Amino acid sequence: MNGITALELARYQFAFTVAFHILFPSFSIGLAAYLAVLEGLWLKTGKQVFLDLFQYWLKIFAIGFSMGVVSGIVMSYEFGTNWSQFSEKAGPVLGPMLAYEVMTAFFLEAGFLGVMLFGMQRVGRGLHFTATCLVSIGTLISMSWILASNSWMQTPQGYAIDPGTGRFMPTDWLKIIFNPSFPFRLVHMGLAAFLCVALVVGATGAFHLLRSARLGKTPTDAVRVMFSMAMWMLIAVAPLQILAGDTQGLNTLEYQPAKIAAIEGDWTTRGRAPEILFGIPNMQTERTDYAVEVPLLGSLILTHSLDGKVPGLKDVPRADRPNSTVIFFTFRIMVGLGMLMFALGAFGLLLRWRGTFYENAWLQRFALAMGPAGFIALLCGWVTTEVGRQPYTVYGVLRTVDSVSPIALPGIATSMVAFVIVYFIVFGAGVAILLRMMGAEPHYGETGPDVHDPTRTAGTHPGPAQGSAVGHAGGAQ
Amino acid sequence: MGTAAHLLPVVWACIAAFTVLAYIVLDGFDLGLGILFMVEHESHDRDVMVNTVAPVWDGNETWLVLGGACLYGVFPLAYGTILPALYPPIVAMLLALIFRGVAFEFRFKAHTRELRRLWDFSFFAGSLVAAAMQGIILGALIQGIKVEHDQYAGGWFDWLTPFSLFCGFAVSIGYALLGACWLVWRTQGELQVRSRRYAKPLAVIVITMIVVVSLWTPELQRQYLRHWYVWPRMIYVAPVPVLVAGLVVIFWRSITDETVHLTPLLCVLGWFFLCFTGLGISIWPWIVPPAIDIWQASSPPSSQLFLLVGAVILIPVVLGYTAYAYWVFRGKISDETHYH
Repeated sequence: MNGITALELARYQFAFTVAFHILFPSFSIGLAAYLAVLEGLWLKTGKQVFLDLFQYWLKIFAIGFSMGVVSGIVMSYEFGTNWSQFSEKAGPVLGPMLAYEVMTAFFLEAGFLGVMLFGMQRVGRGLHFTATCLVSIGTLISMSWILASNSWMQTPQGYAIDPGTGRFMPTDWLKIIFNPSFPFRLVHMGLAAFLCVALVVGATGAFHLLRSARLGKTPTDAVRVMFSMAMWMLIAVAPLQILAGDTQGLNTLEYQPAKIAAIEGDWTTRGRAPEILFGIPNMQTERTDYAVEVPLLGSLILTHSLDGKVPGLKDVPRADRPNSTVIFFTFRIMVGLGMLMFALGAFGLLLRWRGTFYENAWLQRFALAMGPAGFIALLCGWVTTEVGRQPYTVYGVLRTVDSVSPIALPGIATSMVAFVIVYFIVFGAGVAILLRMMGAEPHYGETGPDVHDPTRTAGTHPGPAQGSAVGHAGGAQ
Repeated sequence: MGTAAHLLPVVWACIAAFTVLAYIVLDGFDLGLGILFMVEHESHDRDVMVNTVAPVWDGNETWLVLGGACLYGVFPLAYGTILPALYPPIVAMLLALIFRGVAFEFRFKAHTRELRRLWDFSFFAGSLVAAAMQGIILGALIQGIKVEHDQYAGGWFDWLTPFSLFCGFAVSIGYALLGACWLVWRTQGELQVRSRRYAKPLAVIVITMIVVVSLWTPELQRQYLRHWYVWPRMIYVAPVPVLVAGLVVIFWRSITDETVHLTPLLCVLGWFFLCFTGLGISIWPWIVPPAIDIWQASSPPSSQLFLLVGAVILIPVVLGYTAYAYWVFRGKISDETHYH
């Protein structure tokens, strides 16, 4: 009873690998768009600073992208290794969407990534910019397909169950793709990716502003521009994200009331419900301990009216309840960080108006501390929505316990250990490299990595005559 | 059975086979390069080797993802039985691909000699293990998978047999040969001369192993034998071994002629293509030998048709811009070409 089961371990393994994976595509989605904007600005204005920033972030993009690719290959096979029953039943619906993602997005990204990274001197500016845009569009298409798949698991429709095999038979693909929660999730996720990158870029800029101040030198143009762009992005997107999150909440209330009840730590359905700010939901005793409540706010937030009905978990049979203890907290961390993002953006705006935007060390410290906040919020959001979907894989239809592969505990345990070790080594090294690259200041005439790379063999240094074009080629590393 | 329900799985079996073949053709030399790190120690030469594939490698690996996704959507029963059955080699392959994939970037970023050596090793070991596991997966699939009630019903180590290990070895050597021939085409100078030298013994081993696997395979399932030695089918399948032999002659002439650069690679790709065709002839119409055929494994026509519409349009487009990417980065890679 107390031992861990193969099912639980299969879930942890999937959660672990997908959580690592999701960080890199989110980073790529946001950063590719940023790179397209930078290159576009450079082409339009001809200002060196945009080219410098483009090259600086392009190197970082290459590393992040490669980690996304390799951790993503794992995902496309893990459905089968860990969730073979799920794959056999839901494969007819989800498999084609995944295959469309590969054909419309992955190939597009991979095909033009080479040109984007290494091709500036081979294809000319216009075509190179096209490649950058195609990579960015590819990341967005990819996100759309994966969100359509995931949303279908949350709000399934457009299928019939084959009585003989229990398989999901697609009947209406438009309904499957444009399922009720898809638009809300897509917007929420897209904005989250942009916020992640805005916060990373902002933190990088803030780090260099702080360091320049400490060393008593003037920060480079590139540093100021990246910091400023990131803060504009934040104040534009953070409020939108709060709105998007709110509408997704309303959508979830309509289709997955049990998830909302678990998020809120509410046990009985009632109108004029309070909002529980803090507490510890207890799944056994069916109550939320140490609750700190604000009267009426729960109804107001969830239904936008004071006496709207808010669902309670007791309405749902015990066996069908998601784990409130977990998602009560992950949800609050996400929301809290979202508020802090908005606060950071607003603080930046205030200081712009005051004219001390580049000088105020508190803003920079705040921005630096918020560097990883986007990713943490993203992961917490995902835990909330996926754990909130339990105990189902396809909400209300297929249970997680009926989805798992017939693999014994020792097998999953062994592979789990292998995944953990490899992921910490590889992605630990990757993150260390990324941080080191962001720790190097972007400078005028950014020529790519050769400058920062003392161990490079002589033969791979660009000759002086090749000038900045080679800097682009070098941008890849 | 309706016509669509009969035809769609056949069409999809061809597309899935093409996807796997595209993966082998494109990623084979890519992994082979990594395996050749075993004999190429000089760091400058290693840079050149990596630079020959740096702009295209992740596109190459995307075919593997497409293969997985197609299996998932089109033959879900195959996806749901093969992957649990081959769990250990598949996980090992995925982890190995992670190591070599990130090594592309990390090895150039290493700021100490030791770290650089470490990522070089991870590039080599990752490539070798991925290649060997792919061979083992192939061998395990050919020898058969035990299925009951649509679920894998065998043990944890069913995949581990002399035959699957032999296939793992064969694919590793085969990829190394592809890698050597790729370098003959894309490099010059000393590195090219050495690559030519590696290719010869590797080719001898590969041809020997093709013969051994060809004789061994029919022993595994009696059905396989019938596909090759029953009249009149023999007429249709006879060209396969004949063509392999023909390519051996062309290969040997081109690899010893220093003015020829591309032909050896094409010959080896031809061998891979023919072996793959031969494998298809053997296991058709099974997709999980000897339990599940392509019709049993299929998702409903509504799924297969939906995806087919996209595949027919998109796969040619993908091939088009993949070719474009190769064309942009065409030509010999030398000291003066720096992608990193």
